[in-house]
Amino acid sequence: MSSAGFFLFGTTHQRAPLAVREKLALDEAGAAALQNELAGVAGLRELAVLSTCNRIEFYGVADSPETIARVEAAFCARQKFAVEEFATFRLSLAGRAAVQHLFEVAAGIDSQMLGENEIFGQVKGAYAAAQERKATGPVLNRVFQKTFQAAKHVRTHTAIASGQVSVANVAVELALNIFGDLADTRILLLGAGDIGGKTAKAFQSRGAVTLTVSSRRFHRAMELATQFGASALPFEQREGRLAEFDIVVGSTAAPETVISATAVAAAIRKRPARPLFFIDLALPRDIEASVAEIQNVFLYNLDDLAKIADENRAAREAEVVRARALLTEKAGALWCQVLSSTGHASGLPLSTSAVRSRG
Amino acid sequence: MLAALTDRQWLWLAAEFYLAGFFLGTCSLLRRGGPSGVAVYALIAFGYLLQLVGLTLRGRAVGGCPLGNTFELLQFTAWSAISLYLVVGVTFRSSVLGYFTACLAAVLTLVSLAIPAWDAERHVRIFGQNPWIEMHAALALFSYGVFALLALTSLMLLLRHFSLKSKHLGGLFSFLPSMVDLDHIGLRLLAAGVIILAGSLAVGSVYWLRDPASASYAKLFITIAVWLAYATALFLRLRGQLLAKRFAWTGLVLFGAALLSLWPVDASRSPAVAPAPHSVPRRHP
Repeated sequence: MSSAGFFLFGTTHQRAPLAVREKLALDEAGAAALQNELAGVAGLRELAVLSTCNRIEFYGVADSPETIARVEAAFCARQKFAVEEFATFRLSLAGRAAVQHLFEVAAGIDSQMLGENEIFGQVKGAYAAAQERKATGPVLNRVFQKTFQAAKHVRTHTAIASGQVSVANVAVELALNIFGDLADTRILLLGAGDIGGKTAKAFQSRGAVTLTVSSRRFHRAMELATQFGASALPFEQREGRLAEFDIVVGSTAAPETVISATAVAAAIRKRPARPLFFIDLALPRDIEASVAEIQNVFLYNLDDLAKIADENRAAREAEVVRARALLTEKAGALWCQVLSSTGHASGLPLSTSAVRSRG
Repeated sequence: MLAALTDRQWLWLAAEFYLAGFFLGTCSLLRRGGPSGVAVYALIAFGYLLQLVGLTLRGRAVGGCPLGNTFELLQFTAWSAISLYLVVGVTFRSSVLGYFTACLAAVLTLVSLAIPAWDAERHVRIFGQNPWIEMHAALALFSYGVFALLALTSLMLLLRHFSLKSKHLGGLFSFLPSMVDLDHIGLRLLAAGVIILAGSLAVGSVYWLRDPASASYAKLFITIAVWLAYATALFLRLRGQLLAKRFAWTGLVLFGAALLSLWPVDASRSPAVAPAPHSVPRRHP
């Protein structure tokens, strides 16, 4: 199979900064629209889209490089992103190298948080969505199924996941560096999704008592608040009542920022003696970047947290080498099987699937 | 053998223990283990005892509180800061504070010992037979010790602030107390220092009113200015107008100014000088 067979293109945290990734991120509606658009692209046989906070990746089978270029152009047009600019951040692989990359992604080796577990579920989600939309065929089915086996094998037979830290735990450690004791801090969680829940749990486990949840869908905020014995705040009051909180965690799926620098400046004027700590776990970001310039205000986004978590990465580099060697061997074996059993990608309905999840 | 040691030799030994505390802390940090709290604390405590012996010998030799020249002033300031650290350091539960205190004490004591001119001669008859004026001076210098600790916590707060803003949290930064804790410690130290210096000034003013010639206007102006500066900082901090980084910079700058003010204060005292008792062996009672 040539490079026009099984392909991968996209970008990751290693190639594109947060500001670029947030422009390229696909939400569910965007993915559905892109799917309809790509239905008309001739020669595209299989396609699965993996969109997380750290990466946007298209895995598929196409008849020719021109087909892949059309998919890429359609994606860039949807995101209003210049194809030429995208090329500067693009990761483009084919054949065995693409398989190897997917293995490493699912095993957590390619993650910002080395060895993290969430990515495994996200890859599974992307594959499930692709299956649901009948966008997978013999190549993707085999590659993804083997990917899950390989990732599990690596996690079991190496220490890649031991001592790993989650974004939520890093956020809590940072809060401790600012406030010392979390028992007296008031925490506002913006967003009631999975990340919001994990962060609430991490804060509670370190002594935080006063939690408030605010979400664009109030009933979701109420649900999470009930789960953690917290209170719920109507989303439209989030900025006006900012001064009541010490720590604000943003994890909404809002397409634009939900906390402005003006609101933060006003809040800090009301409580000048106490610092305000913002943790932005959202992509696109929830909190205006210029908030970081305000005196006594500290802002950390996903890349910042990952960088901090990465400080203990050196201790596990040896495990990365072991894991990579295992995966290379398995990718090679799989690729030989794929070549012998399929020869080339069989014809399948042309559609895309996308899963937007936080990574 | 120990009985034959002079006051300065005791003080050299004390300085070496402070220096050892600093080196031990540095080595621990370089090994990424963090300053060894107990070991540094023990070295500082032992150095403190040795310094106490040295200052006691000097005090006996001069027949009063050893505050007669720059050397003695710096020694007493370092000793005051260490006294306070030994009492409050455990409460603050910060091994890094011990590390910084060892560093400050080592610098103050070694520099004062290394410059012989600062201890070549000393003012005499500055305290006379009045214990109150000695108390005034001792309290003033003790408040300087408090301000020295305030300067250290201010430095730690600036480092913590820098680490959080620049997002570098490893190495030494990982052992620093939290921003809020440092701010609270700084506020308490500032309040304590202002109160102690106010007490010192109150005692001194009673004495001065009886004998206006006992202190020059220059000394009066400088000491009141130092107190006013710290009191203003406390007032602004309590009103929420001097916070975080600015508060920390104020703590550092004011301590630098307070240290510098020791020279004119010392120079403005009684013109009567005498050779310092450099080689006072320990006296047996």
